[in-house]
Amino acid sequence: MTADTLASPVPTLGRGHKFRFDQVRGAWVILGPERMFVPDEHAVEVLKLIDGTRSVDAIAADLAARFAAPVEEIRADVQAMLADLASRGAVKL
Amino acid sequence: MMAPPPLGLIAELTHRCPLSCPYCSNPLELERASAELDTETWRRVLDQAAAIGILQIHFTGGEPLVRRDLPELVRHASALGLYTNIITSGVTLDDRAMAALTSAGVDHIQLSFQDSDAAGNDMIGDSRGAFAKKQAAAARIRQAGLPLTVNFVVHRENVARVPQMIDMAEALHAERTEIAHVQYYGWGLVNRAALLPTRAQLEAATEAVEAARLRLAGRMVIDYVVPDYHAARPKACMGGWAQRFINISPSGRAMPCHAAETLPGFVFPSVRETTLSDIWHNADAFLRFRGTAWMREPCRSCDRREIDWGGCRCQAFALLGDLTATDPACELSPDHGVMQAAVHQAGPGAYVFRRIEKARVT
Repeated sequence: MTADTLASPVPTLGRGHKFRFDQVRGAWVILGPERMFVPDEHAVEVLKLIDGTRSVDAIAADLAARFAAPVEEIRADVQAMLADLASRGAVKL
Repeated sequence: MMAPPPLGLIAELTHRCPLSCPYCSNPLELERASAELDTETWRRVLDQAAAIGILQIHFTGGEPLVRRDLPELVRHASALGLYTNIITSGVTLDDRAMAALTSAGVDHIQLSFQDSDAAGNDMIGDSRGAFAKKQAAAARIRQAGLPLTVNFVVHRENVARVPQMIDMAEALHAERTEIAHVQYYGWGLVNRAALLPTRAQLEAATEAVEAARLRLAGRMVIDYVVPDYHAARPKACMGGWAQRFINISPSGRAMPCHAAETLPGFVFPSVRETTLSDIWHNADAFLRFRGTAWMREPCRSCDRREIDWGGCRCQAFALLGDLTATDPACELSPDHGVMQAAVHQAGPGAYVFRRIEKARVT
């Protein structure tokens, strides 16, 4: 493991937040204190990989392999998306 | 066309409350304990809520903790996958109540404070000792590991202490703080002259909130609700009439918002007699102001008609006696002057505290 990988933060859902599939809407939703978000399809793929053990780098590597895309590009997208959710309290970085 | 499913159910379990705040959002005619829905009926309502796509249940009141079946209802909702939120004054949230709610699986608690110090807090709730009990409740919620929202309702007498309120929320390690100006319906409207802040007070509070948001970014979310008496555009009340929420009164009447009972000419359906699905999709009380078809000018052709949805029907009726008028909070309303007149008439005065007997409007 490189120092870079060790430094990569491990995201978790923010306290009081739940990520689940809503059968009625046929959509994934994030539920939190008196708020809800409907993440877009890219965000859904990232959120599914948040398990309290995977780092941002590991999530980016997984998605890059699955979608055959450049890992640097994916990592930048993942970081921006998680930073946005973190600013709203839905994710902790 | 079928309406999209509602997001939230506001379950007003009771109008009973140990506090007597003069801006209480409950109606002037409070429902008595003997009229309240029983546990079985609430369980059925929760089943129906999950089935039609409701995602969050807000257990509120009055004080929801006075209902002994609250943990049972939380457990039931939680098992259905519903996100459970309790909105409480906290004064009866002792160790036993906290343990019961935690084991029932409650997701979030919103705890109200009436001020940042004991004197102001206990005066406005007309309840000596309430502040200390609320502090203890906050500590219990933290200890249970639950997310905490601290709520402050602000008005002329306490609005100068918004910075201290935010400091207090930070010291309590709240994830979220609500600074909510009084909304002027029911008890709030009765006490409007004594509660309405000046424009200078409002601006100072808004600046304090904006500064705190910058300072606390990533650590605490601050939601801020303004009084629309100083606004140029109305609020999108409830996110639009019957677009997001169903509110159930303690006796089981379903309404698009908690103040809708003040409107004349409505029959609000009862969950004792029909289903939430039927109410949401077919009840006249829900269809009447949903969308934009009911609007007159200046709303009808306004490019903000699907942003603010004509503002608040209850405010249009309460201030103008006309429930289809544009909310006078909008500066495009020909009656916008009533808001300014109310601001000019405001000043320090005595409160009419919330009591179970009907308020005498003087």
